Amino acid sequence: MYVAVKGGEAAIANAHALLADRRRGDRSLPALGIGQIIEQLGLAVDRAMAEGSLYDRELAALAIIQARGDLIEAIFLVRAFRTTLPRFGYSRPIDTGRMLIERRVSATFKDLPGGQVLGPTFDYTHRLLDPEIASGDDVPAPATRDTVPENAPRVTDLLAHEGLIEPDNPLDNAEDTVGDLTREPLQYPLDRDLRLQALARGDEGFLLALGYSTQRGYARSHPFVGEIRIGEVEVEFDVPELGFAVSLGRIRVTECQMVNQFKGSAKVPPQFTRGYGLVFGQSERKAMSMSLCDRALRARELGEDISAPAQDEEFVISHLDNVQATGFVEHLKLPHYVDFQAELDLVRKMRAEQQEAAE
Amino acid sequence: MTRQADQTVNERQVALNVMAGADATQMAAIWAAWPTPPAFEAVRGPETGLVMVRGRAGGGGAPFNLGEASVSRATIKLESGEIGHGYCLGRDLEKARVIAVFDALFQRDPVAVKTRVLAPVRAKGAAHDQQRRNETAATKVDFFTMVRGDV
Repeated sequence: MYVAVKGGEAAIANAHALLADRRRGDRSLPALGIGQIIEQLGLAVDRAMAEGSLYDRELAALAIIQARGDLIEAIFLVRAFRTTLPRFGYSRPIDTGRMLIERRVSATFKDLPGGQVLGPTFDYTHRLLDPEIASGDDVPAPATRDTVPENAPRVTDLLAHEGLIEPDNPLDNAEDTVGDLTREPLQYPLDRDLRLQALARGDEGFLLALGYSTQRGYARSHPFVGEIRIGEVEVEFDVPELGFAVSLGRIRVTECQMVNQFKGSAKVPPQFTRGYGLVFGQSERKAMSMSLCDRALRARELGEDISAPAQDEEFVISHLDNVQATGFVEHLKLPHYVDFQAELDLVRKMRAEQQEAAE
Repeated sequence: MTRQADQTVNERQVALNVMAGADATQMAAIWAAWPTPPAFEAVRGPETGLVMVRGRAGGGGAPFNLGEASVSRATIKLESGEIGHGYCLGRDLEKARVIAVFDALFQRDPVAVKTRVLAPVRAKGAAHDQQRRNETAATKVDFFTMVRGDV
């Protein structure tokens, strides 16, 4: 018989103290500062912010240190923190067309107003480990070129006129009907606004794999990168006590416009359709994966056959959140003594019955 | 609204926008050096909360919720009666409070706030942005056409 027991308080307290010790590591080495993480591990910070769904670089950096560099744990910490703060309201939609651009490339159109600017990219590096970085030597200042502020309209806006590329429709729904999955439980089928919100905070690895699957033929969507842009945009907020909108400051985002060849359907003529990715911070891989998944998930709207995992809305959206996923997977390691005891008894009973029947 | 009132709102809005984007240490330094700091009392906050940042599908389509950002805000009242509001991204409560004080002062003495706060903040911000632009511009691709037999 199984008797419920209590215990482990001292073990748990000591385990947490040990965790703190191991996190700090060798005391003869200087402790990491938040500023170092923000400045030198900026893309890890960006991932913790994007999937933590909270734009705050200091908090994300603190979470990364506390989580010993385990990014999913850091994302969990950020998500937990956000539940402690009151919600002041919703911003006006950011305007990525008015971005202070740090990188902007198009794989489809060579000559664009504003040009192709590579920015701080890993592209075209040789992926050779550089031992000089380990020496901590100073890095020369980057090259500069005198320039004047220049408009760089979104590629998709430039080409929308011809009708060959699906245009944006800002009137699809009003601002007061925008779904918010942090407020209302999801009910399938979803509208695109809720899917985009879920994708924007979804796990980069999961979206990357699904996006990859669409390229390999599971819901083939013939994608091209219409444009990727990274840079800072203003966040504007309507302040009721002032009676007008003010800027709260700027945030860095990555936007990806995927254009996809589309043979047309009963509802839509042949044209290039689009998938959209928008992510906090600098994260091109995530923005690209998001736009591939967004496009695949528009199958129902565009009258396409739903045949592949990436098109299955409930499958994708239910499994893309790494905090939910890790919670459910990792809970298996917590004590299940009673459940297992019950199952043991059951299996013993079934074996006895089987043996009896055989005799 | 009269035209003059419109313009006042507009100037106040611009001032708040500039201050929200300011570097927190610069704002703190300007406030610390303020010649005759006015007496004021807190009406609300300073406090930190969240604003849900929205984007648009495709960049220009229907709005959606992208994710939250931490935001600090404060409301203060000067001894002389003006009420000021401060909003800025992040969790720097002191920055929100200083913005609120300058917002209130702006209603009493816009010239002082323009010269002592907005001008230096703008100058620093513009220099920073221009440096960024120049660094980015150096990575702009200049295409050239290969002529046959060139290689």
